[in-house]
Amino acid sequence: MAIFLVRRLIATIPVLLVVAVIIFLMTRLAPGDPAAAIVGNDASAAALEAVRAQLGLKDPLLLQFGRWLLGVLHGDLGQSFFMKQPVSKLIGQRIEPTIALSTLTIIVTILLAVPLGVLAAWRHGGWLDRGLMTFSALGFSVPVFVTGYVLIWIFALRLQLLPVQGYNRIADGVLPWLRNLILPATTLSIVYLALIARVTRASVAEALTEDFIRTARAKGISELRVLIHHALRNAAIPIVTVIGIGIALLIGGVVITESVFAIPGLGSLTVDAVLSRDFPLIQGITLLFAAIYVGINLLVDLSYLLLDPRIRQ
Amino acid sequence: MTDRRSFLAMTGGLILAAAAPRKSVAAGPKVLRVVPQSDLKILDPIWTTAIITRNHGYAIYDTLFGVDGQGQVKPQMVSEYSQSDDGKVWIFTLRKGLKFHDGAPVTSADVIQSLKRWGARDNLGQRLLAATASLDAKSDDTFILTLKQRFGLVLEALSKPASVPPFIMPKRVAGTSPDQQITSQIGSGPFVFKTDEYRPGERVVYVKNTDYVPRNEPTSGTAGGKVVNVDRMEWIILTDGQTQTNAIINGEVDLIEWVPADQYVALRNNPKITFVDLVPKGSFALHLNHLYPPFNNPKIAQAAYMAISQDALMKAQMVHPDLYNTNASLYPTGTVYHSEKTSYYTGKPQFARARALLKEAGYNNEPVVLMYPASFAILNKFPPVMAALLKQAGFNVDMQSMDWPTLVARRALKTPPAQGGWGAFITGWNIPDNINPLFYAPLTGNGENGWFGWPTDAKLEALKDEFLLATTNEQRKSLADQIQERNYDAAIVAPIGEYKTITAARKDVITGTVSSPVCVYWGIQKG
Repeated sequence: MAIFLVRRLIATIPVLLVVAVIIFLMTRLAPGDPAAAIVGNDASAAALEAVRAQLGLKDPLLLQFGRWLLGVLHGDLGQSFFMKQPVSKLIGQRIEPTIALSTLTIIVTILLAVPLGVLAAWRHGGWLDRGLMTFSALGFSVPVFVTGYVLIWIFALRLQLLPVQGYNRIADGVLPWLRNLILPATTLSIVYLALIARVTRASVAEALTEDFIRTARAKGISELRVLIHHALRNAAIPIVTVIGIGIALLIGGVVITESVFAIPGLGSLTVDAVLSRDFPLIQGITLLFAAIYVGINLLVDLSYLLLDPRIRQ
Repeated sequence: MTDRRSFLAMTGGLILAAAAPRKSVAAGPKVLRVVPQSDLKILDPIWTTAIITRNHGYAIYDTLFGVDGQGQVKPQMVSEYSQSDDGKVWIFTLRKGLKFHDGAPVTSADVIQSLKRWGARDNLGQRLLAATASLDAKSDDTFILTLKQRFGLVLEALSKPASVPPFIMPKRVAGTSPDQQITSQIGSGPFVFKTDEYRPGERVVYVKNTDYVPRNEPTSGTAGGKVVNVDRMEWIILTDGQTQTNAIINGEVDLIEWVPADQYVALRNNPKITFVDLVPKGSFALHLNHLYPPFNNPKIAQAAYMAISQDALMKAQMVHPDLYNTNASLYPTGTVYHSEKTSYYTGKPQFARARALLKEAGYNNEPVVLMYPASFAILNKFPPVMAALLKQAGFNVDMQSMDWPTLVARRALKTPPAQGGWGAFITGWNIPDNINPLFYAPLTGNGENGWFGWPTDAKLEALKDEFLLATTNEQRKSLADQIQERNYDAAIVAPIGEYKTITAARKDVITGTVSSPVCVYWGIQKG
């Protein structure tokens, strides 16, 4: 297990390096000039050139890349072109809302989706199953922003129960924190609930057709134990995999939700950085996202080892 | 069973508590919650011309002179001033009791250093410094400006509301190179910036400067008594128009600085909302590349101007007739230099005349590369309409789609349109930008040293020089008229209409907004 972990960790280094090169080239090859956005509409061409030089954008690409990579290796992600603040500080200011929203979403989703998927598989073809499948289809097909605005209209504007926008830091109190997260987390959960419940249902339904389930039932084991201990455990690998993919997708998927609910998280910071061509910020956030993806994949792989003894051998 | 009930009761209570409507805090500090027109990312108003940074500047800095609601220059930090008979020596004395936010007094040395840094960045400031022989402190509160030659716009420069106003900073801050952003936010203005609460993309916080001593005169524009009536002002960054609307209806914010056009009707019909006059209007203009065919020929450029239908263009972009008006003058409607003397330019389509002019000029069907910022909501309805109008006038139009940052980068390229350059684009300007011909950045005739499009026109430059030296209002008005007519003859800038900015406020909480050439937050009462 330890050897596996070390090997996987070492394998992430070239992956992150390739990602770093791609991110850097994409920012530099895409059209758009951060200097032009910085100095404003009535700046002269000479002012633009001066700002470009000041930002180091007139240096050869290789030098720019080397400078950035050296900084990253020393834990320095650089400084935002616009805000003149360290990228790590800006990310630090925005990471809490994104992690809070993602975590709450995934917890709510797993707590609801897995039991619902198991029940739907158990009552295959019944009203619960049909209802869940209909909900899944709707959850996938209705865009996140539509769900978000509908929830805002009902719970914020009509019923006046929840705020329309914003985020309260958890340090300011759990209730204000939760209050601002209920609607966005519900909005996102609907999509991921549809995904995870559907996979759970299919996976458990398939496990329920296996011989060992018939044997377990023949031995008089309770139906709950058959479902949880035998069927769900054997169906766990695809479920864990889709949860892992779901978390990875979620990190990217919060962008729209953050925009609809004006949550100052990494999603809105990314969009802002891209629109203003803030290269160091784009590079820093994308590298962080890449590291999160790699980390989640690693965790999913490790969970296989725990769930299936055959893989350990 | 009891445990389960307890659990359910606790969970239900938690959810209900979280979901309970927020009550307003009684008798707490007065907090004005504003949705500004954009995010505040750059904090140095001398380094950038971004409007939001200028608005931030007016909150925390003060200026030597201000401009009142009628456009007249009035002393602000200055208590008294005089000029010599030949107009070359100006003596200024600062008001008593001016203090920076760190408690230090404002002195002549601070003013001189601030003017030098401003003069290195601002176009009019550069001209003033070029005409300056010396700028010296006579005492802590008096300084002397000695000019090499008469300069007709000394007070206009020192009160310039845009694009880079001459804000007064402490000497140590103003000593920062003009090419570097300042890192300190210490001013002497009516608000104090809360550096520790500044979160770009989320929130900008100011508190009332309790040491600020407003002038005794009534507030008017950037002049008069800058009285702050709230304890704290929060700029809450909401970029989505629908979210802004929902937030003000729900009472989570008090004011939306600039309502997006598509939210106008929804807010107008809401009984909780009122519209107030806070943000000055602006205008849009068509800009052409004079370096290459077809617009290196002024006659062909004039033909493009004759294709313009201000009404069609503005209707497409601004949607509702309450949000725009047409104006063929280079200068904003209702301002001092606004003039009906617009030569051939009417802002209404003259296709037959345009086609005749194209024929006469020998137009060879060269494509007009019209840049189209497709995703930029403020401008993206114009180019398709403009393309249709130009085609109707006989132009071969190549409309190319791109995002706004790409357009801004591409407009700086001096390569031919076929090699990545461009032919035409449309952008917007605020009232303070074109209220005066010397403020208006694209109104240049100095070729490649000028603004994007690089027209060369010695006559225009000569008229601007005359304007700079003019000493009477009558002379200036006459010259402004001549500059406008010359602009159309040389086809340099084509106005395509004025937009009206709508500020939405909660009817029950906001009063006392100040009408000004720039957006200011003193005077506002809450509650």
